[in-house]
Amino acid sequence: MKANHDKKEYWASFVQRWSGVVLALFLPAHFIVLSQSLLGEQALNGFLHWADMPVVKIAEAGLVGLLTVHLLGGLRILLIEFLSWGEWQSWMIIVAAGGAFSSGCLFLMRAF
Amino acid sequence: MENQQESVTVFVWRGGEGGGFESYTVPLVAEQTILDLLTSIQRNIDPSLSYRFACRVGMCGSCAMQVNGKPRWTCRTLVRKAVHNNELRLEPLPNLPVVKDLVVDMETFFDKWQDAKGRFEPGDSVVREFSPIKPDDPERMLADEAIECINCGCCYAACDVVASSDDYLGPAALNRAWSLINDVRDDIHTERLRAVSGDGGCQNCHTNSQCVARCPLQLNPTKSIAGLKKKAALAILKGKL
Amino acid sequence: MKNSFAIKLWLVQRLSGMLLGLFVIIHLMTMIIAIQGGVTAGEILERTSGNFLLGAFYSVFAIAAAVHGSIGLRTVAQEVIGWRGRSMNLAAVCFCALLCAMGLFAVSGLVL
Repeated sequence: MKANHDKKEYWASFVQRWSGVVLALFLPAHFIVLSQSLLGEQALNGFLHWADMPVVKIAEAGLVGLLTVHLLGGLRILLIEFLSWGEWQSWMIIVAAGGAFSSGCLFLMRAF
Repeated sequence: MENQQESVTVFVWRGGEGGGFESYTVPLVAEQTILDLLTSIQRNIDPSLSYRFACRVGMCGSCAMQVNGKPRWTCRTLVRKAVHNNELRLEPLPNLPVVKDLVVDMETFFDKWQDAKGRFEPGDSVVREFSPIKPDDPERMLADEAIECINCGCCYAACDVVASSDDYLGPAALNRAWSLINDVRDDIHTERLRAVSGDGGCQNCHTNSQCVARCPLQLNPTKSIAGLKKKAALAILKGKL
Repeated sequence: MKNSFAIKLWLVQRLSGMLLGLFVIIHLMTMIIAIQGGVTAGEILERTSGNFLLGAFYSVFAIAAAVHGSIGLRTVAQEVIGWRGRSMNLAAVCFCALLCAMGLFAVSGLVL
């Protein structure tokens, strides 16, 4: 790690980039699964049964968390670029992190 | 008065790109700046050491270099504040070609300044009306926030996007362009907006804000670049870019 | 005259991001409510079959996601692995087209 990366903003950008990459690579998989529906209920149910495994549910919660952090982080960027830079943007980073954690937990609670 | 017990081990980059660190052990002198320390190394230990400075009082920006991994002005950095475990690591500014030791070639930095149209253009026509430019004029206030830049290069050295993209104009050039775009007397706003939204333009900024973290004058290039992005977006939506 | 392709891509990225922000909030809320107590293919298809409004929503969603993700991955490829130029742009376009196709395929399977 460069000694230079000493602001929250650097990590906000880092998380934004890599959460985006994970989500972009997850998306084809998500679409494939849903396409299983075209093969009929049986095929989709087969997958959904596999997806009931706790480890899968935890992974899904992780994805929900990543999606939320990317969304809230993106909202922060939009506010900076289209409104103005303010001191509040630093708080938005914390909101993004907190929001992601909460949404992931919420998903997990509902899933079990 | 010297503290005779304490000494500092200073690792200084020597040579060009393919050079290496040489270490010097010097006494820790109270209230000494890193520039003072470099001068004492050059005068007392190794006269072949090359480094830049001019005003030595924090006005010119010539002494910018990498101190323990962060770009700083050495004339305004106290040794005792920068030192870590009695060690100091001094390197030339990153993101620029190394000439020798702690000296970098600033040419690209200044070329990009020009590429971003970072200079005032009054236009050819005769001035028929003088712009009043009141101090509380919103555009003037935006320009004033950004105008103190002395081209030291610390922000450019700190920027991760500059490191990963050769053609990125960088925070300093874009910050200056922003201050000029807000100057109502300037004549080339459209041309300048085009210059800062081309291939190496403002859209490359990812708001990492290392520039903000490192600017010795507490300027905010991220804010300036965000302003440029918004102007460019509006121009695109109006079909003017 | 410098070309303005990159800044236009940036704007499309931001505009699609705004759309996705809205859509993702709706999508996440719906999913967190819908998956409680487990979900079967039958339940999903019951809600989605013949629902053309849903189909339209998710079609636009899929296209926006494909565009946003592809532009994002393009930037990451350029800055992280230094892959630039024509081949990179072609890869990005292909990924976008692929994602659009997969997404619309999945939506059609659920709705039609």
